[in-house]
Amino acid sequence: MKEKLVLVGNGMAGVRTLEELLKIRSDSYEISVFGAEPYGNYNRILLSPVLAGDKTIDEIMLNDEQWYRDNEINLYKGRRVVEIDRAHRKVIAEDGTSVGYDRLVIATGSNPFIIPVPGSELPGVIAFRDIRDVDLMLDASRHHKKAVVIGGGLLGLEAANGLMKRGMEVTVVHLLDTLMERQLDKPAADLLKASLQERGLNLLMERQTESILGNDRVSAVRFSDGSEIEADIVVMGVGIKPNVDLARSAGLYCDRGIIVNDTLQTFDPRIYAVGECAQHRGTTYGLVAPLFDQARVCANHLAQLGYARYEGSVTSTKLKVTGIDLFSAGEFNEAEGDEAMVLQDPAAGTYKKLVIRDNRVKGAVLYGDTIDGSWYFQLMREGTAIADIRRTILFGQHDLGDAGHGDETRVNALSNDSEICGCNGICKGEIVQAITSKGLFTLEEVRAHTKASSSCGSCTGLVEALLSSTVGEGYDATPSKKPICACTEYSHDDVIAAIKTNRLKSMEVVREFLEWKSPDGCHVCRPALNYYLLAYWPGEYQDDAQSRFINERAHGNIQKDGSYSVVPRMFGGLCTPDELRAIADVADKYSVPEMKVTGGQRIDLFGVNKEDLPGVWKDLSKAGFISGHAYGKALRTVKTCAGKTWCRFGTQNSTGLGVQLEKLTWGSWMPHKFKLAVSGCPRNCAEATIKDFGVVCVDSGYELHIGGNGGIKVRVTDLLTRVETEEEVLEYCGAFIQLYREEAHYLERTAPWVERVSLSYIKGRILDDVEGRKALYSRFRYSQQFAQVDPWKERAEGGERNEFTPLRFAG
Amino acid sequence: MTEWTEITKLDQIPRLGSRVLKAGGVDIAIFRTAKDTVFALKDQCPHKQGPLSQGIVHGTSVTCPLHNWKIDLASGEAQGPDKGCTNVYPVKVEGDSVYLALSADEVAA
Repeated sequence: MKEKLVLVGNGMAGVRTLEELLKIRSDSYEISVFGAEPYGNYNRILLSPVLAGDKTIDEIMLNDEQWYRDNEINLYKGRRVVEIDRAHRKVIAEDGTSVGYDRLVIATGSNPFIIPVPGSELPGVIAFRDIRDVDLMLDASRHHKKAVVIGGGLLGLEAANGLMKRGMEVTVVHLLDTLMERQLDKPAADLLKASLQERGLNLLMERQTESILGNDRVSAVRFSDGSEIEADIVVMGVGIKPNVDLARSAGLYCDRGIIVNDTLQTFDPRIYAVGECAQHRGTTYGLVAPLFDQARVCANHLAQLGYARYEGSVTSTKLKVTGIDLFSAGEFNEAEGDEAMVLQDPAAGTYKKLVIRDNRVKGAVLYGDTIDGSWYFQLMREGTAIADIRRTILFGQHDLGDAGHGDETRVNALSNDSEICGCNGICKGEIVQAITSKGLFTLEEVRAHTKASSSCGSCTGLVEALLSSTVGEGYDATPSKKPICACTEYSHDDVIAAIKTNRLKSMEVVREFLEWKSPDGCHVCRPALNYYLLAYWPGEYQDDAQSRFINERAHGNIQKDGSYSVVPRMFGGLCTPDELRAIADVADKYSVPEMKVTGGQRIDLFGVNKEDLPGVWKDLSKAGFISGHAYGKALRTVKTCAGKTWCRFGTQNSTGLGVQLEKLTWGSWMPHKFKLAVSGCPRNCAEATIKDFGVVCVDSGYELHIGGNGGIKVRVTDLLTRVETEEEVLEYCGAFIQLYREEAHYLERTAPWVERVSLSYIKGRILDDVEGRKALYSRFRYSQQFAQVDPWKERAEGGERNEFTPLRFAG
Repeated sequence: MTEWTEITKLDQIPRLGSRVLKAGGVDIAIFRTAKDTVFALKDQCPHKQGPLSQGIVHGTSVTCPLHNWKIDLASGEAQGPDKGCTNVYPVKVEGDSVYLALSADEVAA
């Protein structure tokens, strides 16, 4: 017989826990759900847009009743649970309904905090918590004129904005002199205040409510200074407090919330608590992202896995008031010894402040321009050292290189038909529509449903901004420790460390050791594992062709019609008449429909049938060509300029050095593609300063540049150092490549990698640690012994024949 | 008339890989999973006609090499939020041989 799981509380945290559980194991429990409200599960954080008339109740439903039926869940809606009988393991509802449990999840959320002043019981005093409250406010807005909202925090301001948009005359009363003091510093709060006043909101600051006046319903509010203000309704928006009554009466240990451990279990291990009612390591949460983190961990434990741990959440906040862009995260008021970096443009109405401690972002407040909120939040959660980007950090991520979106940083101001994702042609309206109609919360979900940001990724910041402005603080920011894929909980760094320290040498062993959820992985993790094993155990690990993307399996670039392109290697871009003739002969022989000179100074033959590839390679091989690896996460090309042999400005032999570099590095597999260039003088005709590793020759020697990129997001290299000899260039280049090969995440180009680990770190490893550099170089040379085997020649001689030969149907 | 025809030996298809079968005007992708189950699909992704045979096989799915649509090998249907379906052909393994059932008009098609 199946075990019984009961959920008390039919809200976002509880139901998300069930969804996560069903994703892992759909048949483990007979599930019952009790909810005090007479609805399915709805998106509580979107109540403010409903109040403001921007959305309807139907639009914010997350799980309708059909969902419960489809998943064979017994839904007891509109029934409040009043008792947990732990001795007999059952819950009892108000109406006497009683259901037994083997495991129980308490997700009773929180209650609005009603300040205990005389008159707070009067009709017309409304909280802001559920659909019923919204209905009451909407009703009041139709019959009354004057609304007073007590509380100038997130909740109160959203309520005030909604009532104002419904045509009421609204006054917000706040105890302090700073609006949203838990999220904003004084300057940002003042900007917000001015903007709200401009919209017609009355603000009474530093007023303490003494009593609410009225006979049969509210008529006015009186403050401690004796002043009064007329009111037809009073909305309590001062905050929430965890609803722990049920748990406490059952003898579960509670403080402000129900105390839970890192697997979300209460004192009674059969009973879990998630969401706003739970208190974890001294903290209770009122935002949605942490609740979802908790739901994942709780579901993992309920599914009898138990390896996930909840370690607390770092949160960020957005205000859902149409037209106001505001973002806040972490510690936004600097403590002693902290630095504050501020960028203020009063005319443009923008304000940005970062609090820095020990070279790391500790908090951020953004007003008016919030596009970089998710970036600052990421820097903060990952504890990234910012010394190298200090000079420009306030200007935002796109200042690190132009992401191609120019000034389109205010997503709220964009029209619905503005294109957000240029790769897939997805507009703002489509994304917002998918987020609201399908109840999406994460970047991954938006990518899956709309394809926006799923190709080149350059619009990720915009999509994240849309997500957060659409769902407000419910936006589930990409976790700082991001799993490689859905097959595992472990991140790239975890897997790299496990492979290294536990000497794991095959994919099966890695998946077993790290408890992979799927026996043979997926198209995301298999190529990553294959790469890591190849990089760590050169000569020992046997490359797995079926774990490579088709381009690396077929040694050509697949084109949209299923044909392949062929790029022979021309070291340093040099070639002879005989070589050119040989390429032309091949093109004739196999009727190559199109040829092109590539950006990396090579010749590309397009439209070759897969069956013909070995023949093409055989002819090229005879003429002395090897694979150009133009298809691989590998060393691509070394681009060179004419150099001092011919050029009147040349200072060094750039072509000769380019050939040497390419001879050293060809064939090596990398986390992503890797491009080199050598320019013979600072005029830089080979464009070395947008390459992964670029050499600019100067009269006194060679400048070495790293981490450039001319692709999606143009990034100019950082200067690593200057050296005097060609031998040094080769050594530094090999060492840098090896460091990248050993430490970057699979599919991470050098540009984001350098930004992630910081230039100082790389300088430390390559420049300061001389022995370390020599060791890296020697490991690179060692692994090249196994990598420098021409895959084309092997296949031209009959290797992997099945890959290129189709079966024929003889029937 | 549909009848079973031997198309290849099992060991001629790589595990977690595939072979392309040229049958008249149709390309059919023959897949082999880690557990040696064999599936046959029209070699055309419902999205933009990418050659599914060139994708990465995992579990009982293949991921299209062009835009990462995930197609179920048994049903030919796209998984996740993507919608679409490609033809499935009956295929079986007996001993070390792989057989496909294909009607004459399908071959001619």
